[in-house]
This record gives sequence, C-alpha cells and structure tokens, in this order.
Amino acid sequence: MTSNSVLTAQGIHKSYGQGVNRFDALKGVSLDIREGESVAIVGKSGSGKSTLMHLLALLDSPDDGVLLVEGTDARQLKGKDMNRLRNEDFGFVFQQFFLTPNASVLDNVVLPLKIAGVSPKERKRRGLAALEQLELADKAKNKAINLSGGQKQRVVIARALVNNPKVIFADEPTGNLDTATGALVEDILFSLNKERGITLVIVTHDVELAARCDRQIFIKDGLEDIARENAAVAS
Amino acid sequence: MKFLDLLKSAIGNTFRSKLRTTLTVIAIFIGAFTLTITSAIGTGVSSYINTQVASIGSTDVLTVTKTADATQSTDDGPKKYDPDKATGSGGFGGAASGLTGGVLSKDDLKTIANIKGIKDVNPVVQVSPKYIQYGSNGKFVVTINATSALTKADLAAGHQLSSADKSEVLLPGSYLHNLGFANAKAAIGTTVTFGIDDYQGAEHQVDATVVGVQNKSLLASGVGLSQYLTNRLETIQSTGRPASLGQGYAIAMAHVSADSTTEQTDAIKKSLSHNGFTGQTVADQLGAFQTVISGIIGVLNAFAVIALIAAGFGIINTLLMSVQERTREIGLMKAMGMSGGKVYGLFSMEAVFIGFLGSAIGAGIGIALGSLISSVLSNTVLSGLPGLHVMQFAPASIITIILVVMAIAFLAGTLPARRAARQNPIDALRYE
Repeated sequence: MTSNSVLTAQGIHKSYGQGVNRFDALKGVSLDIREGESVAIVGKSGSGKSTLMHLLALLDSPDDGVLLVEGTDARQLKGKDMNRLRNEDFGFVFQQFFLTPNASVLDNVVLPLKIAGVSPKERKRRGLAALEQLELADKAKNKAINLSGGQKQRVVIARALVNNPKVIFADEPTGNLDTATGALVEDILFSLNKERGITLVIVTHDVELAARCDRQIFIKDGLEDIARENAAVAS
Repeated sequence: MKFLDLLKSAIGNTFRSKLRTTLTVIAIFIGAFTLTITSAIGTGVSSYINTQVASIGSTDVLTVTKTADATQSTDDGPKKYDPDKATGSGGFGGAASGLTGGVLSKDDLKTIANIKGIKDVNPVVQVSPKYIQYGSNGKFVVTINATSALTKADLAAGHQLSSADKSEVLLPGSYLHNLGFANAKAAIGTTVTFGIDDYQGAEHQVDATVVGVQNKSLLASGVGLSQYLTNRLETIQSTGRPASLGQGYAIAMAHVSADSTTEQTDAIKKSLSHNGFTGQTVADQLGAFQTVISGIIGVLNAFAVIALIAAGFGIINTLLMSVQERTREIGLMKAMGMSGGKVYGLFSMEAVFIGFLGSAIGAGIGIALGSLISSVLSNTVLSGLPGLHVMQFAPASIITIILVVMAIAFLAGTLPARRAARQNPIDALRYE
C-alpha cells in the first residue's frame, strides 16, 4: 500500500490505577493506519482493544510511546486543534449508541455540527442528507428513545457521518444488534469505506466482522498477537 | 458551538428534569419575591415622604436648635454650672429644659438673625389652648401644629395661612365632623373660638377665621395657626408670668431666601454650626426619618438575600446532580470536539437561566400581589394617608434584583460547571 498514514502508533503504553491495583492495558503496541483502509482491532474483552481505539481517537493520551496524526505528534496538538480534529476529522460509532433519548433524531445527528458552530439552516440540510443516506429521513422528528436498536445504530452512523470525517471509529458497532440488523449496519459502514474512502477503525471481538476488513490487528493482554495475525492472513 | 445554540441547549436542558428545576426555581422565587416586595415598600414609603416634602415646599425654612454639647464622658464627672445658660421656660416650656442641647435665648436668636443669608428667625412657640369651639356645637380638645405658620400645608380646601396680621386657622380634615361642619368647603370663612388660660389660670377666649382645611398627612397633624394668632395666644399664655423666669426656646424657624441653592443653604448651615447651632431643612429632618426606614428595609433585604444564598446551594445541588446524570452526554460532546470552556459555559448558563426563571417569576408575582395588596391597603387601613402607596415598583430596582439573582446563580453554578468541564471524555463515556 502506498497511501499516506492517517494514524501511527509507536510503542504505546497505557495503564490504569496505582500500586497493587495497577493494570497495564497496553504494553507497547505499534501500528499504522493508512488512508482509506478498513482496519479491525480484534481481541477478547479486557485485551486492551478499546483502550487502543480511544488512544487512536485522541480521546485519551498514552503513558508512553508516540502517536502521530498525519505525521504530527499528538502531544504537539493544542487544545483547539485537538477539538477541531475530533470534531471534523473523526466520527464515532459506539456500541451503547450514546444518543440523547428525549431529543429528536435530527437533533442527535446534528450535534457535531452544532458543536462546530454551523448555522441552524445548514445543520438541518446536512443532517437530513445524512439521514437520507441511512434511509431514516422519515424518522427525523421522532424522539431517539422511540427507535429500534438497528435504527438507533443507523442514527449513530448518521451522526458520525454528518461532518464528512476522514476516519470513523466504531466500537463494537454490531454488539447490541441482532444478526440481520448487524449485517445491515456492517454493510453501511463498509460501503462508506469503499464509496467515500472513509478510513474505518472497527474494534470488535466478532471474527466474522473482522474478516470483512482489509486488515486485522489482534490484541492480546495488551500486546499485538502477531502469531494470530499471520494465521488470519494465511487463511 | 455558537452562543445562541449554547443558550438554547442550556434552556432546553433545564426543562429536561422538570421537577428538580421547579424545586430550585421555587427556592429562588421566595428570595426574589421577598426582595421585590421589600424594595417596593422602600420605594413606596420614600416616594410618599418625598411628596410630602414637595407639598410642604419649605426648602426656604431651616429648623434651628442649639447644638448638643459634646457627649460628656462619665469619667469626667458633672460639668461646671453656667448660670447664664438659658433654661427652657416658655416656648417649649418644661419639656425644653430636659433637652440636652440646651435652649435658645433671646441673644441666640439675635446671633442667628445676624448670620448672612438668613432673612428672619422666629422662635417656635408652643401655645396650648384648652379647647376649640364652633358655634354652639360644644368644646373640643385641640392640638396645635407649632410650625404651621412657617410651612405650607397640603390643603383639601381654602388657602394657606397669610403672614398678615390676621387671626387665621387651618383645620385638619378630621376636626370637621366633631366641630359641626358638613364638609371642608363649609368650614372656610367661619369663625372658631379658642379657649386659653393665662399664667395665673384665668380663662380667655380668642376668635379666629378658618381659611383652609388640610389633608391628613404624616408630618403636620393638628390645627395650624397664623403667626399673628400664635403671638396673640402666646401673649395671653404668658400674662402674669414672673419676670425672673428666664425666657428660652427649644427650636427656632429661620427663613432663608426661597431661591437659595443647596450650596448656599449648606453655607448657612455651616455658619450656624460655627456659632453653636444646628440648622436643618425639612428635607434633612425627613432624611433622618428615611434613614430609619432604609435601615428597616435593609434588614428585610438582608433576610431575602439569606434566602437567596440558601437557594444558591439548591442550584449547586441541582446542577451537580445534572452533571452526574449527564456524564456520558458531556463525554460525548467532548469526544466530538466541544471544548471544556463551552461545556463550562453550557452549565453556567443553565444555572443563570434557573436564576432568571426564579427571579423573573418572583418579581412578576411580587409586582402583581404587591400592587393588589397596596391598593387594597390604601383604600382601607391606610385611607387616612391619601397618596400613600405602600408598595411602588421601580423598574430599575426590579432589573437590579433579577441581575443580582442571576449573578448569585452564576456563582452557584461555577462548581458544577467546572466539574463538568474538567471531565475526561473517555472516563465519561466509560461511566455506567
């Protein structure tokens, strides 16, 4: 692959707690995510895969190691640049949705635009366009709480999309969905990757979902599981 | 996030937990309501007093008394007796001798009259007629307003006392019925009779013409007599008084030029105090009265502020709970690139909006209820004081109250807002 690196991690360490309670979530992980690819970060729960995604998404900072965003050291980023990056370049899809239950679907979707300071008219236009893309335009005025699980996850994807991000981070995007709905959500995510070139970083323990990605990074006990990666490539 | 969006979100958020917001708003409401009412009473009473001063219009009259001696320290023992110091007799009589400040002697009056800027000076003489009578309607006890000759009364009918040598009387409205007058107009021009004893106890009768009827007022109660009539009564009263008794007065009224400025009046007051006298305009005397009222209102306001501070803790509590509940939402917004400052702003605005709601409702209901009570009072209990509206609502003070409450709410919101702003997005998102 010749495309540019979007995110690069070099020897990332991260631990939680102090003393005897100290837990080393990541013990020196290095990886490189290139523009336009889809990467699965696979591991059992407690393997440190979610921590890795949070670090890559700049939601947290590593204890040790270097994180490069398009070649820039994340530590050099000022608060304002960091916020702009999170707002404009990253989109998030969470397993637990994190929708505001009593707000309308449209209001939930346009939250990143609202934070970015986009005018209400433009917000509505772009929000509806994103919902249209996910075939949810008719639900725009419904309250988020009244949607089914699959619809909720589609709203979350619409919210991640609305700012035209470069990277979408998805944490167990199908974890709370039944197989059929899960497959639908997967299709949407991969089509975004293929058609619009959005880099996809999916954290999952679902091997089938991982297999659909261009590349898999297996995490085990805070370290990259090279043996398994080789096995996966071989299969 | 733009300010308008931030504001809209803040307002929307406060209505999310209606019960909690309502309870906090009620706490603020109580404080704001009390403040509105107390400040309205302050405004109402002060403005009534000001109208009274205006109706009297005696900016040209100074009340002059002898300045009180410097407070005597108990350690110094009694002061040396000064036989030349006038003791009160005549004038305010026995009462005056009890005054610590001493009384004004004839010489003092001369000194005052010689002060630059003072046109004339008259001692206030307290005459004590035994009764007043109109026609054959019986005799009634009479109270004299000692300063009526020097001030302007608030009249219901007729005209002011003249300075001519005529025996003129101003009757208070409350005297009309007992004396046998149908109304204020009927009394004008009639002749009433005063009965007065001389120093030896012999009774004399003096006739006088009613020229006006006064409205009831806080300041001037009692029958007003023209200077000429006062002098006549005083002459009768002191007939037969032993000459050895010193003559002194508690108070004198000095006229200054009617168009003198405040500075000129101040200069006169200064030279009076230089000579050992205290000169006060009616406004000064009312000022003292107003100070007392402001003091009382200040205490009431202090209670209201205490209520507001308690309500401030209610706001802290409400918002802390709200921050706790919305941890994930805050995390999400921060993950989506909302700065800590904006999160702080969002929660601060929620606090300020709760403050605004409480104070606006409090002030609104305060105004509505206060106006109602005030108008009911002025038509019933306080009907004896025409023109007194116990509560008057000044827009400036209402706005000040609302702003102060909002400022208190902002301060109360600081702690929860800081807590929200400092949240790490990932801890917030992980929070279950």
